[in-house]
Amino acid sequence: MTAGTLFGLCAAVLIGFGLYGLIVNPHPLRKILAFNVVGSGVFLLFGAIAYRGAGAGMGGDPVPQALLITGIVVAFSATALAVALLLRLFDETGSVTLSSDPPPKSGDDTGAH
Amino acid sequence: MIEVLNFGLAALILGLAVWTIVAREAPAAVVGFIVYGLLLTLVWVQLQGIDVALTEAAIGGGLTGVLLISAAVRLRSTESTARAQRPSASTRWLAAALSAAVTAALSICVLALPEPAPTLAPEVLANIAVTEVGNPITAVLLAFRAMDTLLEAIVLLFALIGVWSLAPDRAWGGRPGLLQQADPNGILAYVARVLPPIGIVAGIYIFWIGADHPGGKFQGATILAAMWLLVMMAGLADAPPISRRWLRWLLVAGPLAFIAVGVVGAVTAGAFLSYPQGYAKTLILVIEFALMPTLTLILGLMLLGAPQRGETS
Repeated sequence: MTAGTLFGLCAAVLIGFGLYGLIVNPHPLRKILAFNVVGSGVFLLFGAIAYRGAGAGMGGDPVPQALLITGIVVAFSATALAVALLLRLFDETGSVTLSSDPPPKSGDDTGAH
Repeated sequence: MIEVLNFGLAALILGLAVWTIVAREAPAAVVGFIVYGLLLTLVWVQLQGIDVALTEAAIGGGLTGVLLISAAVRLRSTESTARAQRPSASTRWLAAALSAAVTAALSICVLALPEPAPTLAPEVLANIAVTEVGNPITAVLLAFRAMDTLLEAIVLLFALIGVWSLAPDRAWGGRPGLLQQADPNGILAYVARVLPPIGIVAGIYIFWIGADHPGGKFQGATILAAMWLLVMMAGLADAPPISRRWLRWLLVAGPLAFIAVGVVGAVTAGAFLSYPQGYAKTLILVIEFALMPTLTLILGLMLLGAPQRGETS
């Protein structure tokens, strides 16, 4: 099995793991983490495809590789924004639940006002 | 031999991904994720993507790891309530079935990829001489697909504005992050004095070498941002208030210079972001030098988060 196929299949499994965590983990931070696992799986799949496009003296196709660099940086900025939203929610309400039930009252007085 | 290494690497990565998903405590899961990111770096080396490996190590593992671990520690008290909201067994089975189906579909696609693989490498090789840079990745990022890189810089800026806009009203215009207090004679303060000179040289080297070898502005800017963050975490310097005019100018300078070069191209070479003949390398360098401080500041400030304190505190 070539490295491209091996890590391509590895990426497919990573996307599956991440998707499961994204659905099953109730904590928003864990969802962000699982989403990053999905993201890295997608990047790895794309990287495996770039590796298959080796040619002209280059180890991999440079166009998808350059797009991957852009992708990783944009994924970081999306993660930073998600974490900032989450921390603000925590500062306001004292909890970070995504459930539609009313949040517990214990942390309400810590809200920033 | 290298086959065995690859299989071992894939197994370790899958194991760490499982740990990241199932670990009981969020900080433990984040630590797993950081190690996972570092191992992915090795995979990128195996897949001949040295530039991607550098980016993954610096941003995917490093910056994302620091961001998530500080959030995990702050949100520790919320974990027990979240644990009580675990979905029912049927939901979990459905999720597992869905995930398995996605994995199966992707695996079939991986095994059915066309042979020979389509590639743009020969086109890049044929046209790289025009750009006068030696690293094909840099040529793609700043010449062939410069529009992507411009939009990426703007996305980063918008993300930072998004993070800032989450500040409480009383802290608007103030300093981001919490005030750091470290022992001025402790090991952190010591490292924060010794490491930055080395780190700054390394960051600028990786930035400069990016024209001809693996490296570039994103990787270099991340190292510089990390040095800045280290100094701030050790309490040796404070974060600038976000209302500072110089800060805001530096944040928009990179994208503005990029757009200006694009407009120059539209006038002199007939298309937005195309470079007049003989000036490609010069204009690429102008863009890189303008983007470097912008990227360093954006990456560092994004990690600090929304303003929390007034200007004076």
